[in-house]
Amino acid sequence: MALDQSFVGRTYPPTAPYEVGREKIREFAEAVGDANPAYTDAEAAKELGHPDVIAPPTFVFSITFKAAGQVVQDPQLGLDYSRVVHGDQKFAYRRPVRAGDRLTVTSTIEAVKSLAGNDILDIRGEVHDEAGEHVVTAWTKLVARAAEEA
Amino acid sequence: MTAKISYSDVEVGTELPAQTFPVTRADLVQYAGASGDFNPIHWNEKFAKEVGLPDVIAHGMFTMAEAIRVVTDWAGDPGAVVEYGVRFTKPVVVPNDDEGALIEVAAKVAAKLDDNTVRVDLTATSAGQKVLGMSRAVVRLA
Repeated sequence: MALDQSFVGRTYPPTAPYEVGREKIREFAEAVGDANPAYTDAEAAKELGHPDVIAPPTFVFSITFKAAGQVVQDPQLGLDYSRVVHGDQKFAYRRPVRAGDRLTVTSTIEAVKSLAGNDILDIRGEVHDEAGEHVVTAWTKLVARAAEEA
Repeated sequence: MTAKISYSDVEVGTELPAQTFPVTRADLVQYAGASGDFNPIHWNEKFAKEVGLPDVIAHGMFTMAEAIRVVTDWAGDPGAVVEYGVRFTKPVVVPNDDEGALIEVAAKVAAKLDDNTVRVDLTATSAGQKVLGMSRAVVRLA
């Protein structure tokens, strides 16, 4: 069944702050095999002009995707999450995420479409730091594949 | 933010050093833990096949993370990335052996933009198939 168009433009309340830890950044950098010292060595990060270690560019997805869960699991929307695949992902950075950041995410449904029986959902996540400054915007396109005919 | 590469040293068509990234089942388990994405299609072969996949597949976000390393290694400062977007076109299938799969990433400067930024277009393939489409980054150079 096609998703309800009236959800387009709906904004969900900001998430509780996520505190970015330096060991979490290290763990993520190791998991993607990236030895760039800006992720683990505060001095190396400072030489590049950052106040502390920074996170790899895609790190923030863990935070924005969790926030998007509010949307995905909204019972009123009725998305069949077991059939969802990740279609597109885009980030626009005001500055890199760094250790010590306390980040909140505000998710908005930008588009709801039905195409060949697939439900397509575009979610924008605006990430702000504790001072209320914008850090990064994440656009996530989720596709719920059509259920097979019985 | 201090990129190692100078805006004046690049032109449209400048190629970034290409890289090949291996990915095994163990890498996917480690990435699942680090990212918090425990979807069983990324570690459970039985489950993956039940939902119609050929085998366990890599997280799209893992592939996205590998591909941008071609840009961040070149620029020097990962904080120089201003924008980054991809489309997940094909999965990276990761067999249960010691070899796993390879993700091959090439990139070139596609446009010079304002404010010392350039647009880099990325190509990521695995087993001869393009796995990322519309893969683009904007990076600020020195």
